[in-house]
Parts: sequence; structure tokens; C-alpha cells
Amino acid sequence: MRVNFTVNGRKQEADDVWEGESLLYVLRERMGLPGSKNACEQGECGSCTVRLDGVPVCSCLVAAGQAEGREIVTVEGLADYARHRDDSHPGAGCAAGTCGTSLDAAQRWQARPSDGQSADAAELSPIQQAFIDAGAVQCGFCTPGLLVAADELLETQPSPSDQDIREALSGNLCRCTGYEKILDAVRLAAARQEETVR
Amino acid sequence: MALHPRAASVPAGTPTKITQGSKTRGGIGESTLRPDGTLKVTGEFAYSSDMWHEDMLWGHTLRSTVAHAELRSIDIGEALATPGVYAVLTYDDLPAAMKNYGLEIQDTPVLAHGKVRHHGEPVALVAADHPETARRAAAKIKIDYAELPLITDEASATAPDAVLVHEGRTDHHIGHVPHPNVVHRQPIVRGDADAAAERADVIVTGDYVFGMQDQAFLGPESGLAVPSEDGGVELYVATQWLHSDLRQIAPVLGLPEDKVRMTLSGVGGAFGGREDLSMQIHACLLALRTGKPVKMVYNRFESFFGHVHRHPAKLHYEHGATRDGKLTHMKCRIVLDGGAYASASPAVVGNASSLAVGPYVVEDVDIEAIALYSNNPPCGAMRGFGAVQACFAYEAQMDKLAAALDMDPVELRQLNAMEQGTLLPTGQRVDSPAPVAELLRRVKARPLPPEQQWLSADADGSSVDVRALPGGLSNTTHGEGVVRGVGYAVGLKNVGFSEGFDDYSTARVRMEVINGEPVATVHTAMAEVGQGGVTVHAQIARTELGVSQVTIHPADTQVGSAGSTSASRQTYVTGGAVKNSCEAVRERVLEIGRRKLGTYHPAWATAELLLEGGKVVTDGGEVLASLADVLEEEAVDVELEWRHRPTEAFDLRTGQGNGHVQYSFAAHRAVVEVDTELGLVKVIELACAQDVGKALNPLSVVGQIQGGTTQGLGVAVMEEIIVDPRTAKVRNPSFTDYLIPTILDTPTIPVDVLELADDHAPYGLRGIGEAPTLSSTPAVLAAIRNATGLELNRTPVRPEHITGT
Ligand code: FES
Ligand code: FES
Repeated sequence: MRVNFTVNGRKQEADDVWEGESLLYVLRERMGLPGSKNACEQGECGSCTVRLDGVPVCSCLVAAGQAEGREIVTVEGLADYARHRDDSHPGAGCAAGTCGTSLDAAQRWQARPSDGQSADAAELSPIQQAFIDAGAVQCGFCTPGLLVAADELLETQPSPSDQDIREALSGNLCRCTGYEKILDAVRLAAARQEETVR
Repeated sequence: MALHPRAASVPAGTPTKITQGSKTRGGIGESTLRPDGTLKVTGEFAYSSDMWHEDMLWGHTLRSTVAHAELRSIDIGEALATPGVYAVLTYDDLPAAMKNYGLEIQDTPVLAHGKVRHHGEPVALVAADHPETARRAAAKIKIDYAELPLITDEASATAPDAVLVHEGRTDHHIGHVPHPNVVHRQPIVRGDADAAAERADVIVTGDYVFGMQDQAFLGPESGLAVPSEDGGVELYVATQWLHSDLRQIAPVLGLPEDKVRMTLSGVGGAFGGREDLSMQIHACLLALRTGKPVKMVYNRFESFFGHVHRHPAKLHYEHGATRDGKLTHMKCRIVLDGGAYASASPAVVGNASSLAVGPYVVEDVDIEAIALYSNNPPCGAMRGFGAVQACFAYEAQMDKLAAALDMDPVELRQLNAMEQGTLLPTGQRVDSPAPVAELLRRVKARPLPPEQQWLSADADGSSVDVRALPGGLSNTTHGEGVVRGVGYAVGLKNVGFSEGFDDYSTARVRMEVINGEPVATVHTAMAEVGQGGVTVHAQIARTELGVSQVTIHPADTQVGSAGSTSASRQTYVTGGAVKNSCEAVRERVLEIGRRKLGTYHPAWATAELLLEGGKVVTDGGEVLASLADVLEEEAVDVELEWRHRPTEAFDLRTGQGNGHVQYSFAAHRAVVEVDTELGLVKVIELACAQDVGKALNPLSVVGQIQGGTTQGLGVAVMEEIIVDPRTAKVRNPSFTDYLIPTILDTPTIPVDVLELADDHAPYGLRGIGEAPTLSSTPAVLAAIRNATGLELNRTPVRPEHITGT
């Protein structure tokens, strides 16, 4: 079957989709958007979290057909989504579906000249930057899902309490960090957000 | 801005050995940020499961549905005829004489032949154009199993008429094991425990059971094999040790090692679970057979069968002490279930036995540890590696002993704590700081978290925030039956590979001028699995070479081995190798400087010279030249191996020997609240104090300690692979049934970092990754016992153990 939907602000169509394919599979394997991760395919780990018409969902549990005509935001579009949060239509984001990673690109990353600060602040959403700054990323496999969930939390609840953060992120497993630095990151993003608003 | 205070702190001004000026920013000791951080938060970082190749096929493994059976026949006809299927492989298709692999003992079949020995063992492989096609085709393969009797525990393994899990063993352990179903046995005898027991005023014994834990890394086993034109294969894969994989892969493919080129692709956590091979050989076989790139990705279900687990253990302990609390003796017997294949079992036995006494001074000991072959799932490496199971038992024993002596449990531990100079039961002297008593003092001195934090701040104090209570969001209590408990534990872990293993690493470092700037490139085969080694390597290069720009070359087999990312060894050994190679680069750069510019300033010949801020400076701070002027078009390139001090094997009868190279210590205090009616536990706080020697990157150090602590918490209250004792089948291979801690289950983890330099290690550092996993489990158990008054000798503690139902 064919599925039409909007991904990170750009209209997409996927052909030859099997009945049983999940939205996660279509995003990763057909759209070239591997940012959403597959760690359980059971809705238990949250690694595959994307926003479907604004609502965070486990994309492994959404049949591709259910996404017909709807808007999806993945981690690849998060920075852009955050920039256009107030617009009704998020911007181009990852256009052309080409932000998947080729073998080549995968091997090109390097240690940036670090002065302890991040260089790309302008390109990242506040929550992405906060995850880097707070040391909330280790292996990073859980990170995309956590970012999408945390970004939605901060959108709806700009100054969450610790219990609020825990509740909002309780569907996202992380095996590396012990979560403390993830809490730090969400607090940091909230604090920075508060500062900008003032 | 109102930021919550960070829970962690690192004291400043601690001793280290920096051989080079540290004025270049981003050097060691700073919390520099991960070089891969931006890619990981934007979704662009390519994990092994993200690899993609034009025209690629998907591989799938068919796994045994029974635990122990003769393979009568395998019929692949229907599977092979399925449209979209390119290849179906069984044992008969293996191309080389060598058909097994293994870390220490080559006992693991690439594909089952003759018989299957555990539930989930790989039997056949399928390559197809869609993952679902491959799965469906695999389901059409017909296998005729003739089931065999099961070996599931020590009694069935060592019974006189027991079926042998591996007939005709020829490995080097067979000569000293009591039964062919025992992989390895290590006794450790020192002094005379029986005689010493006579002096004891109090003796306590205990039997403990440690459940089978899973690494449960989030990024499932996956990779991409691409056939190359020379008949070889390129493999992009998530692993912990590229060269160890290579050594096992090449012989079964029938290829020389230089025709198997491996590159590390993004790794989503490891924790020991990627030390053994999983899909590596399978993907290569399918790629070589079909001539097409083949990708394999396990789903979570398969992942539970695709890697070894932590050894479940049964432990019997006896401790004695005099009235004033001095330990007289310790006897113990540790039985680890290694499952169907040896994996790392022999080394796990070595660790469990040599660390069985823990961080205490006991002169008279009688220790025995064994690992069994059985038809249970294979077990091998997991964070803490044999020391975890022992720590669970000896710490429970210390509490028991304290209760019998009516002493404070922390005081009893401090009274018997080892220190620098103490002899281990192996006769090895601990020759670096061992601040066991101090770590305990620190966690104990920390103020306790406030009582009943779930009581809300409402004026009348009547409402509660159920989210902070045991049971949390499920709203099972409003605090009526909730009691608090506090527990302590401390542990001892070795760092690096022990028992005489040649534990070296290799680093290639290059320095050149690019666009007028000096740039260093660090190339190692170290597996970055999330621990932050790449960050630290860049910091070391900046510190040693005085440059700000450092490129980390992707890890691959085009450079010498880095050894494994395990045993808390990678910063020590590969970090040491990077430091060592940088020092050699520095010397070469200074030689070039002397040759080109030596006549311009006498300091070139006379002064101690440093590289700092991109310049050559004297130790007095005078600038002699910029690196750009020294190097110009020249590049300096050095590849060197680096080794830590050698260790030696343990004597097979007495266990004596200088087997370990370094030790790591951590202490925990757990505070729990238990709903005694429903048996639910909420861990309120899990404070840790750990000596790290030198924190090269304080932020990462704290992150590692918190992560390790949480895995220990998991096994204390929820994590266990449940194997049906009647069928030896795994009952819970999913995240629905195998529970790992969520953010709601994990408390705040304040970390107190000590930095007492180990003079034998680079920068004085100490491996840190594993120690916190040891002590957090017994601390949580102690706290639950303290809250409930129950004995609780098994982990994980389940609600029924608390309610007695
Ligand atoms: S992959 Fe979707 S929740 Fe785990
Ligand atoms: S950082 Fe590895 S799973 Fe969260």
C-alpha cells in the first residue's frame, strides 16, 4: 500500500508498504530517518518515540497505515520543530528524507576542539543542548526517544517538578546513565527556557 | 536561574602525575563534552542497526526451541523456495574445517551440529530481501529434535551418570576439574581456616542465591557485512573488542585475518554482553554466500538469546569473629552456572574466588569457586564479572555478623577493612591506596534524606504525592504500611584482565599542521560503547601535545588491538597507550624543532620543553616556537603498544599468585521505603562513594558511577532471567517481563568521588566502570532487611519474599 504523511514538516509518500510494517520501520528503512531507535518493538522502552500530530507515541506500535495524512516529528526534526513551536506548520526540518546516515558519514565524526562548551548551540533545540551539557548522553541509544518525550513535557509544562519529569519520562528506558543526568538535563533546559522568557 | 544543585561533587587539588603542561583547555581533569554528543542528540549517529547499503539483504537466525536435543534432521526446502529468499544456511554449509568459536575455549558452534545445548541456540540462517520475508521463511524450516535429559544445576551436572554437555573435552581445564560438566574450578587456601575457627567467638553461615541478570543494553545486536572484491568481507558491527572478534571470525570463514576488515559502528551499550560473538559470523557467511551486503538486527526477544548473561550463583559462606569484631576466618563455596558454553566462565571463576573475601583482612580462608556446564542459557561477562555475586554474599554476611556481635554494621566493616599493604587471599599485596574505611565513612556521614517525602507540603499535611511512594503511579498505598530502612555495602573489584593475560593496547597518534593549526589524530581500535573513551582520548592528546584540535579516527582493525572495552580497563590501558604514543610524538616533534630551530635559542638544548597552547615552551614559560613553524609540512606518526605490569596465573591447588593489576573500591548507602502489605520497595536514595584515582573527566566519571549503581539496584529488586527448571527454557525474553529500572524506580544517586592516585597507573587513574555495580545490590538488600527484619538471601527480592505469600 501507499502511505502519505508529513514528516518533520515535509510531505512524504511511502510505496509498497506491507500491511504489518510499523511507522518506525517506515521511518527508519523507507524514509532514511534512522534517528528513532528500535530497542524492543513492544512499546516498552520508548526509544522509538515520535510525535504524531503533536502527541508522543511509540512509533513501533503504530501501524504505518495509521499515519496516513498525519504529521510526524522525529528527533531529526526536533531542533526545527522547537524553532517553529508557535507556527502552525513546522518548517522544513529534515527535508528530502536524506538525513539518514551513510557508512561514509558515520565514519566522519571527530572530536571537536572542545573548550568544554558546545559549538553548535544555534542548530540544536534547548533540550538537545541540555542533554549534551549535562552529560545525559552515554551510549545515546535512548536519547532520541527521551528528547522527543522531554521536549513535549517542556512544551506543556515549562517548569516541571522532579516528580513531573519522572512521570513524563517513565516510558523511556535508559540502561547507561542511571537517569540522574537526564533529570539534570531537563531541569537545565527548563531553567534556560525560563531565562529566555524573562 | 534556579538550577537544582548537582548531586555530585569532585574534590579539587588532588595528586596526579601529569608529565606535561596542562594549560591547553580541554585536557584531562576537565569535564569536556562528548565529541559524539551532537550526532547522538540529532539522531545522526550511526548505530550498527542504522547501517544501510544499496541492494542489501536482511539476515535472520532460526533458533532452537528446545534446550537439549539431538538434531535428527533439518529440512530447508520450503524456506529456500520462498520468493525473496537468497540463501538458507545450516551447519553443512560452513566453509572451513573450524566450525566453532569461543573466547577462551572453542566450544560454541557457529550453527548447531549434532545437537543443541540450550534454548535459543542458532540452528539455521536465512537471507531475504525484507526482514519479514526472512523471518517467515525461517519459520518454514523443519527440524526434527530428539530431546535429551537436561543438566540444570550442580546435582544434575555432577551426578555419576550425568549426560555430558560436551563430550570429549580437550581444553586445558579438563585436567583439574572434578567432573567434565565443570568448566573450571579454582580453590584458594591460605592459612588454616579450621584452626582459626577455634578462636572465633561468633560464627555465622549463610546460603545465598544470585539470579541470572541480563546486560539489557538498549541497542540490540546488529551489523552489516559487505562482501569485498578480493573474496573477503567488510564487517561494520557493534562489539567490545574488534580484534578478539576478528580472531574468532576469520578461521570459521576460512579466510586470513587481513581479508576480514572490521569497523566499529555505533554501539548502544554493552556491559559485557558484546564480548562474545553474536551475529558477526552469521552475517559474514550470508554475505559471502549471496555476494550481497547483509544486515542483521536482532529484536529484543532474540537479543535475550543472542548474548551471554550474568552467571546465576549459589553461594555458601561462613565467617567467624572474635567478641571485639575482628574476623577470624572465612570459608566459602561459590557455584556459578555457566550454561551450555564456556564463554568467559573460567575467568569469572578466577575473579569470584580471588575476590570472594571482599575488601577485608582475613588471614585464614578456604575458598572454592566452580562454574558448571549446563543446558541453561550461556553465561559470561557482565559488569562486575564474578565479583558481583561474591559481594552480594559477603556483605550480607557482614551484616549478619554485626547483628550477632551486636555491633554497628559499618563499624564492623571499618574494623576489618583492608588498606594499602593488606594481603589478599591469593597472597598478593595491595600496593596502592585502598580507602575502604574512608569510603564507608563518607556514605555514612552524608545526611539522610528527609522522612516521608511523599507527604505533600499542603498546609495541613494531609495529602500525599503517591508518585513518591512504593508502587508509585499505581497508587497502591497512601503511606499506611510504609517503613523505612537503611543499608550499607562496600566492594572490591579488580581492574584489567588478570591471571597472566597479556593485556596490552595499541595507539597510533599523528600530529600535523592543517590550515595553519596543529592537529592531532588518535587512532585506536577501542570500542566506544558509551563509556566516553573517545572523550578521554581527546583530552589526553590535548594534555600531552598541547593542541586544541584532536581528531578521533574511527575504530577499526587497520590499527593494532586495543583489547576489550571491559574489566574497567579501557581508560587505563588504551588511555595509557594514547598517552605513551603522544609522549613519543612529543619527543619527535621536539627533535624536529631542535634540528630546524635549535640554533636560534639555547633553551632548545638546555631546558625542559613542553608543548602548550600549540607552542613549544620552556618549563619556565618562555615560548620558543609555534608547532606550525616546527612541523611545517612534516607529519609525525607513531604507533606503539603499551602494557601494564604483568600479572600471573593463580596456582590451581592453592590459588596463590599475583593475579591482579589494580583494584577499584566503591561503597553505597541505600535508603528504602517498603510497603510491607504489598511487598513493594521504593529506593529513596542510593549514595555512592568511590575512589577513582584521578578523574580524567569528572562528568563522565559520575555518569559511569550512577549507571553502574542503577544496574546493581536493578538486580536487587527486579531483574532476573527466569529459566524454567523443568524445561531449561527462558520464560521472560522481553522488556515486558524482564524489568530494568525506569526513571521512576531509580532514586537520586549522590556521588562522592575520591582521588587517591595509584602510582602504577597512567595519571594515577583507577578503572571505575564496575565497582559501583558490586556494592549497590547488597546495600539495597541490607536496607530492605533493615526495614522489614526479614532474612532475604536471594536476589532479586520479589514482593512475595517480603509478604511471605
Ligand atoms: S522500540 Fe518502540 S517502545 Fe521500544
Ligand atoms: S545512554 Fe545508553 S541507553 Fe541511555
